Amino acid sequence: MATENPHSQQNSNPQISLYYQTRAAHHAVVTSDWLAQAQAAVGRHPEDAVSDNSSAGGEESGNGFSVIDEFNNWRKQPDLAEAVAAIRALASVIRSSQATTMMELEIELKKASDSLKSWDTTSISLTAGCDLFMRYVTRTSALEYEDFNSAKSRLLERAERFGEISYKARKIIAMLSQEFIFDGCTILVHGFSRVVLEVLRTAAQNKKLFRVLCTEGRPDRTGLRLSNELAKLDVPVKLLIDSAVAYSMDEVDMVFVGADGVVESGGIINMMGTYQIALVAKSMNKPVYVAAESYKFARLYPLDQKDMVPALRPIDFGVPIPSKVEVETSARDYTPPQYLTFLFTDLGVLSPSVVSDELIQLYL
Amino acid sequence: MDPRRVPRTVSDPKVRQVGFFAPPDRSQSGPPAPISSSPPVSEISPSGNSLSPVMIPPPRNLSSDMSRHFPPAPISPLRRGRGAADSSIPVGSYNPSEFISPTATADFSEDALSPGWSRKGNSAKFASSLPTGGIGMVKQNKVPASGLTMVSTVRMPKAIKEKERVSMEEVQMEQQPGDSKPLKEKTTKAERRALQEAQRAAKAAAKPEGSKAQAAASGVNAVNASPGKVPKATPSKKDSSSVVASEKRGGDRQPDKDRKKDVPHPRMQFDDENRVEKAKKRSVVRQTEARSRVELFRHLPQYEHGTRLPDLESRFFQLDPIHPAVYKVGVRYLSGDISGGNSRCIAMLQAFQESIRDYSTPPEKSLIRDLTTKINGYVSFLIECRPLSISMGNAIRFLKTRINKLVLNLSESEAKSSILLDIDRFINEKIILADKVIVKHAVTKIRDGDVLLTYGSSSVVEMILLHAHELGKQFRVVIVDSRPKLEGQMLLRRLVRQGISCTYTHINAVSYVMLEVTRVLLGASSVLSNGTVYSRVGTASVAMVAHQFHVPVLICCEAYKFHERVQLDSICSNELGDPDAIARVSGRTEINYLEGWTNSENLQLLNLIYDVTPSDYVSMIITDYGMIPPTSVPVIVREYQREHLWI
Repeated sequence: MATENPHSQQNSNPQISLYYQTRAAHHAVVTSDWLAQAQAAVGRHPEDAVSDNSSAGGEESGNGFSVIDEFNNWRKQPDLAEAVAAIRALASVIRSSQATTMMELEIELKKASDSLKSWDTTSISLTAGCDLFMRYVTRTSALEYEDFNSAKSRLLERAERFGEISYKARKIIAMLSQEFIFDGCTILVHGFSRVVLEVLRTAAQNKKLFRVLCTEGRPDRTGLRLSNELAKLDVPVKLLIDSAVAYSMDEVDMVFVGADGVVESGGIINMMGTYQIALVAKSMNKPVYVAAESYKFARLYPLDQKDMVPALRPIDFGVPIPSKVEVETSARDYTPPQYLTFLFTDLGVLSPSVVSDELIQLYL
Repeated sequence: MDPRRVPRTVSDPKVRQVGFFAPPDRSQSGPPAPISSSPPVSEISPSGNSLSPVMIPPPRNLSSDMSRHFPPAPISPLRRGRGAADSSIPVGSYNPSEFISPTATADFSEDALSPGWSRKGNSAKFASSLPTGGIGMVKQNKVPASGLTMVSTVRMPKAIKEKERVSMEEVQMEQQPGDSKPLKEKTTKAERRALQEAQRAAKAAAKPEGSKAQAAASGVNAVNASPGKVPKATPSKKDSSSVVASEKRGGDRQPDKDRKKDVPHPRMQFDDENRVEKAKKRSVVRQTEARSRVELFRHLPQYEHGTRLPDLESRFFQLDPIHPAVYKVGVRYLSGDISGGNSRCIAMLQAFQESIRDYSTPPEKSLIRDLTTKINGYVSFLIECRPLSISMGNAIRFLKTRINKLVLNLSESEAKSSILLDIDRFINEKIILADKVIVKHAVTKIRDGDVLLTYGSSSVVEMILLHAHELGKQFRVVIVDSRPKLEGQMLLRRLVRQGISCTYTHINAVSYVMLEVTRVLLGASSVLSNGTVYSRVGTASVAMVAHQFHVPVLICCEAYKFHERVQLDSICSNELGDPDAIARVSGRTEINYLEGWTNSENLQLLNLIYDVTPSDYVSMIITDYGMIPPTSVPVIVREYQREHLWI
């Protein structure tokens, strides 16, 4: 099922989830420096091209400014979290807005946020980030501000700070997880999560002795990327193909994964393969730790694997596949909370049932 | 995918313990949920009637070993009192602390009682059924030790069995304070025996009616030396018993001075003859206790079903204190016209609205207090008609909070209109709108091609199915039904009328039908703090089968039905329906094998109304606060209470 905007020029294949496409771009085995350079070289051309046909893509505020383009722009940066990119985009909406009252501004923001969400329905952190920001806006506007401008600047400031919060969140999570990594342990990692990388990086810097098993992570080859990074940190790394997880689970002490989204039941939505690994780990009594920032908490509640918005990602098998053969191209799966041990978040080390508590407090 | 659920109870097959054990310092607060189980041999006073862990001591131990048990008894119960699950002692193993019968009156208990009461509200737990008979012997001085009052009186149970039981209990009673006073016990035993004999004789002389069962029941409790003291003890006990986990209406505490119109605790333990007598005196509905009752469920009220309604109807013009609207609602409850949590609650609130509209403060009285008293009176009448559901309890608590919060200097009409408005808002926001929100959330979980299973008839589930059908979703419904109520048939009719394709089956086929089901939608009478769902009997079985087949179970329940208590099993708190309904099959008069079942000594029929579904079987609870996992119910209860006050 097509999940993205037909007119976006990034998509060669309409059957692809934008979110995962971006992730794939991030995971491409290139260095981040290279990417930054390329980006600088490319400049804002893609954005110009897009803005011509951006009218169908959810224009708002009618001043030729498209929040979606803003967002895409931010999103290209590999180190920036999705939610942060979304919030930065919304911040730019505020900046360029010509509203004179809080209500008007709120309405504009709501429209922008809705268009962002509908543009990529598969990205959970995008939705969560937008919701969070809108929530914050509504709360702020409830406060009495004498001056509209001061309220506006306060919102802007908060949006800017959100980026720092996100960055700091990773640091906090890394700090919290240090106690769980002991000398001589073997950690199994699946997928390429910047948070998990931060965790491992911090552990390495703290001179802990541990080794990492990385799954290959087809089709995105996340394992290759991760092992690259870890090798730079002088951490002993071993690559496994995805099918070798159960085989190696005996020698593993703990499993570390990131999360694309944390849902209300306490389960996580993450790259395809996480559920499998969690099942194997649980049956062999190995703890599964999830590292996720708190803005990834979403008000979703999948009942089973198919209960989510499908996010498709084409797989390149290297050889042509006959057209009669179907390929399961879903890019993510849902891991129910009973298979997770702890969630490391910037709110602390939580057990899966606490997620709903936090969500209720945030949204109610 | 999920590990088999381990059995929750029992270490020793001889003795089955359910519920918590008392914490070492205090005997009573432990067991939140009383489970009374007693072997068919009624020797053991329905052990824990009130709140003790359920013990089913093996029958043979009882009769012969009474005396032998005295010496060991002090030790084991003591240990039990310490919180150790001492299951090795067959008979006396239930937590002795539970045996404190607050109803004991005793002259000397008087003083000890009150401080005891106030000190430890929970002692009320031991309410009712405590073997008061034997308790009589317990010396009062033991009480202060633990704050539990020992019933110390006099009249002894009539039956010999009683005596044994009593003495057993006495022993336990004595042990309860948790201090070892074996010496004391021995000395008093003789005295008690003597007293017992005397009383038995007296009682035999003045032997009242009563079925065997009643005798047995009363034997247990019985005796209050000074009736005057009892009322005082009982209500305070009742008040404090509201703390008990078993209470349906949380926080319903009446000041002692309102004793007269005090609402009998909704979870009053009916094993206690004393309290039953008192309640009968005060009651409006005249009802006779059922003849043969299942021992395990003695603590629940069971009345003769045929006689109540005509009796109540005939007394219409004598029901002075009860407002006609409330009376009407009560009669409808009794006859079974209104059933279902939401309808009962709404009907009750509307009846209250009527009565408040017609209310006028008597001179020299404060509106708040008088109105509260009146409401209490109505509530006790309704309880007599049919025990309160948890949703009704919450609604009543809300109403009383609102009345209490009335600003003092409002004029009467202003006060009344404010209350009426509050009630309207409650009904609207917490029930009607909540249902709409739940429907909105739930239909997002229904996909095309789904096969939805539902059990019985829940108003919310019906709304969800109808709305989903209106939205054009393609699905079919399997309705699972069960005797004796066969509530699913009405739901079936209504759904088929709307054009939804339905399958109808009885609960014995649920594991057969579950193979093709994709989602299970269930309603609930209440959801408790540990995520347990308290709902129509049979729900737990359906949920369990669904869980086994990896079918997600969705519970749809409004937030006002949540309760902060915790219940571990279906026995400690439940409702008993008419056993004759089981004996008969409507429309098939040739099935009369159970005719005359009341005459058989060995046969008891049990018609439970509710059961308890553990949270492991529940995938998600859909409330007006959104879709939450069962572990988040205490969060909602916490938030909800706060908002409650803030309304």
